Amino acid sequence: MAEINRKAKQITAQVVSNKRVGQYHQLILAIGDAAQLCMPGNFAAINVGGDTSRMILRRAFAISRVSVNSVAGGTMELIVAPHGQGSTWLCAQNEGADLDVIVPLGTAFGIPTEPVQVLLVGGGYGSAPLFGLAEVLNARGCRVDMLLGASTASKIYAPMEGKRSVNSLRIYTEDGTMGQSGRVTDPIAAMVRDLNIAVIYSCGPMAMLASIDSITRGTEVIHQCAVEESMACGIGVCMTCVLPTQDADGTIAMLRSCIDGPVMDGEKVIWDKVGKAL
Amino acid sequence: MTALDFSTTLGNAWFPAPIFTASGCASSGRELAQFFDLNSIGGVVTKSVMSKQRHGRPTPRMAETPSGMLNSIGLQGPGIDAFIAKDIPYLLEQKARIIVSIAGETVEEYATLARKLRGISGISALEVNISCPNVENRGLVFACDPDASRRVIDGVRRTIGGELPIIAKLSPDVTDLVHIARGVVDAGADAVALINTVLGMVINIQTLRPHLGGKTGGLSGPAIRPIAVRAIYQVHAALPKLPILGMGGVACGRDALELIAAGASAVSVGTASFGNPTALPTIQNELMELLIAKGFSSLRDAIGYAHRPEETDDN
Repeated sequence: MAEINRKAKQITAQVVSNKRVGQYHQLILAIGDAAQLCMPGNFAAINVGGDTSRMILRRAFAISRVSVNSVAGGTMELIVAPHGQGSTWLCAQNEGADLDVIVPLGTAFGIPTEPVQVLLVGGGYGSAPLFGLAEVLNARGCRVDMLLGASTASKIYAPMEGKRSVNSLRIYTEDGTMGQSGRVTDPIAAMVRDLNIAVIYSCGPMAMLASIDSITRGTEVIHQCAVEESMACGIGVCMTCVLPTQDADGTIAMLRSCIDGPVMDGEKVIWDKVGKAL
Repeated sequence: MTALDFSTTLGNAWFPAPIFTASGCASSGRELAQFFDLNSIGGVVTKSVMSKQRHGRPTPRMAETPSGMLNSIGLQGPGIDAFIAKDIPYLLEQKARIIVSIAGETVEEYATLARKLRGISGISALEVNISCPNVENRGLVFACDPDASRRVIDGVRRTIGGELPIIAKLSPDVTDLVHIARGVVDAGADAVALINTVLGMVINIQTLRPHLGGKTGGLSGPAIRPIAVRAIYQVHAALPKLPILGMGGVACGRDALELIAAGASAVSVGTASFGNPTALPTIQNELMELLIAKGFSSLRDAIGYAHRPEETDDN
């Protein structure tokens, strides 16, 4: 318990680059030595709006990738969708702007000790951290297959260079504008069976994560999911980002997705109680 | 460098500095300890603890609002036994000055909590939270009812004895705050904490339904600071000897000084920590510099300054 936030540092991070990629922005921030502490699944909490802003809360973003020795030193990449006022402000920050960042926060994806077969499933821009994860898994000798899904083509985030670490990549859109028509969860049961998948890593909307859990629950397949709940602080003090969970011993608790997550064992989450009172 | 006496008191409890965490905004200290030394601030006010473990309200529990936020946690916590076993020893190890905040559903529950805490050494004061807005039944907000407020404080005072200072945390959502404050002082409170969050609501424009799982929530952040200043000013004017732990939207040193000038002897910083984990030490330093710059030699001279007649204004 005394280890909460133990790697987290509050730093001033300069925007190294800000590029538009489809409906998203790819931001590279210089975070110095903190890059060495970041693991796939960790997130960053960023102040938005400047000193006189009426937005008082940080915004949390999954770290999609880090580089410990780029030209700008240690950097991290974030994929940001300009949805609300805070993310829109962040996407408008130009190269050279200074940001108040706390990094790294939260749990990380567990990496198998053996080179097993793994499946990565991403929904919308939830796919961002999966590319950094794929590199780590690939280096471990795992065979990495990836499924990406979104409602429509413009919401798919799949950078060219991200495909290097992936054995196969299949894309699903609900309106059929890219890849196959349908939901990203449609082929999972068959893939698990045919490819002898040991671990599924997922990141995306809660409904997608719950749907994957319904496939893996009670099976040998481990499901590590990065959950999404709205957070006020990102550091464990506000208690707003909780999820209903149950341990193997039956203990029920509302766990904070910032500290006990964002990466959680899918089997531990009581999916049908999300958003309900325990 | 001018020497400044930065110490303060709440009842018979002495603190070397006047900036505290706010209950419910710092859990039990562990999360913030990565960012600053808990011993470096005035004190840690722990999240209001109840008799039993409590899961709290469903999500969404949070909505950001202009210069503020609504929360609807519903007093999630481990229960008093786990709190005493795990959190108190941790805070003592950090050499933090501890103010334990308690909350109950009945007058008896508050007394039970006080009984459990009576024998625990190392606690500086007890905050009795009778004003959490996130309870199922608004009728249970004791601080909205002068008689219920009095009964809770009376029960705690009888149980805990005369030593440990009792700070009654009050709600600004009342017609006559001074009347409530007088009642809790008569019942044995040594100080009051002003203010708890202000009851509010956000409607989700997509669903056209209340956004929060608990429908209503407590508004905090700079948006409520003028309400805090007003509440502190009113109570200090009526009860100038009553120590006030002030809070409500403090985000920088000048905000803290505003509450102190209104009559607060110490200031809790809550929501500011959500946006900035080092808010407490930063605000404490800013306040110290501001007091020195204004020529004060003691924090105590600034408490309630706004109430002084203009002709005696010699600072």
